[in-house]
Amino acid sequence: MKARVHVMLKDGVLDPQGEAVRHALGGLGFGGVDKVRQGKVIELDLADGTSEDTVREMCEKLLANTVIESYQIEMS
Amino acid sequence: MRAAVVVFPGSNCDRDLAVAFREAGCQVEMVWHKDTTLPSGIDIVGIPGGFSFGDYLRCGAIAANSPICAEVKAHAARGGFVLGICNGFQVLTETGLLPGALLRNAGLKFICRTVPLIVGTEDSVYTSGYKAGQQIDIPIAHHDGNYIASDEVVAQLTAEDRIAFRYGDNPNGSTADIAGILSSNRRVLGMMPHPERAADEKHGGTDGKAMFASIASALAAA
Repeated sequence: MKARVHVMLKDGVLDPQGEAVRHALGGLGFGGVDKVRQGKVIELDLADGTSEDTVREMCEKLLANTVIESYQIEMS
Repeated sequence: MRAAVVVFPGSNCDRDLAVAFREAGCQVEMVWHKDTTLPSGIDIVGIPGGFSFGDYLRCGAIAANSPICAEVKAHAARGGFVLGICNGFQVLTETGLLPGALLRNAGLKFICRTVPLIVGTEDSVYTSGYKAGQQIDIPIAHHDGNYIASDEVVAQLTAEDRIAFRYGDNPNGSTADIAGILSSNRRVLGMMPHPERAADEKHGGTDGKAMFASIASALAAA
């Protein structure tokens, strides 16, 4: 089984990398991009039966820094 | 007095930090990240600068979960002293020993130059050799030094006089110009600038020397 964890900076935390990407898109002529937020996706191959709660614990302990980041878990 | 300097894969200021402690009169032991105990009788643990674990995932995140860090947390909980510089500051925020986090510099560039710092408080073993409000020149060398914390945390740090150093000319977007902060018991200091790189005439500056001298004299007396 797999889990996919999406980690994003929380709203209100300035994302200078997203802002640089937004500028670059503008430079390429793409208008109307008001905001870009850059995050990361972490894919985990897991032993069958691993619970979402265990993945949540992984997020809390290591995968995300909850001071600045939020996360979402997709189990499949 | 005895200091331990933690070495992670990717640390690159560990020997500089050891030299600064040693020159101040400390006995220094290097500790590997996989070690599960600190040498007995250690007064202060130094977490050095560098790029522990290649800055993978987040700066300091993997180091903060290494075996030795459980011991460093226990040392701090016992009232031990901990000094985290640059990547060491990032590790200390990741362990939760210090509040807040360090984000990518607001200008996105890695910055490597000497910057003016304003001493925020004299009330710690780290800063007692300076005067509050004094300007000192200390090098920075980081990509992720943009300190962020909630308004409540910054208000608390300010009210409790725990902002050890502020930037004179904020280079990285840090909230409230914060360059270094103390724990509530004032025994854990995390700072992005490198005092160990301004501790010898040959470094081109010696403004960091007073920090190691005051640590050594305070802990020798303890």
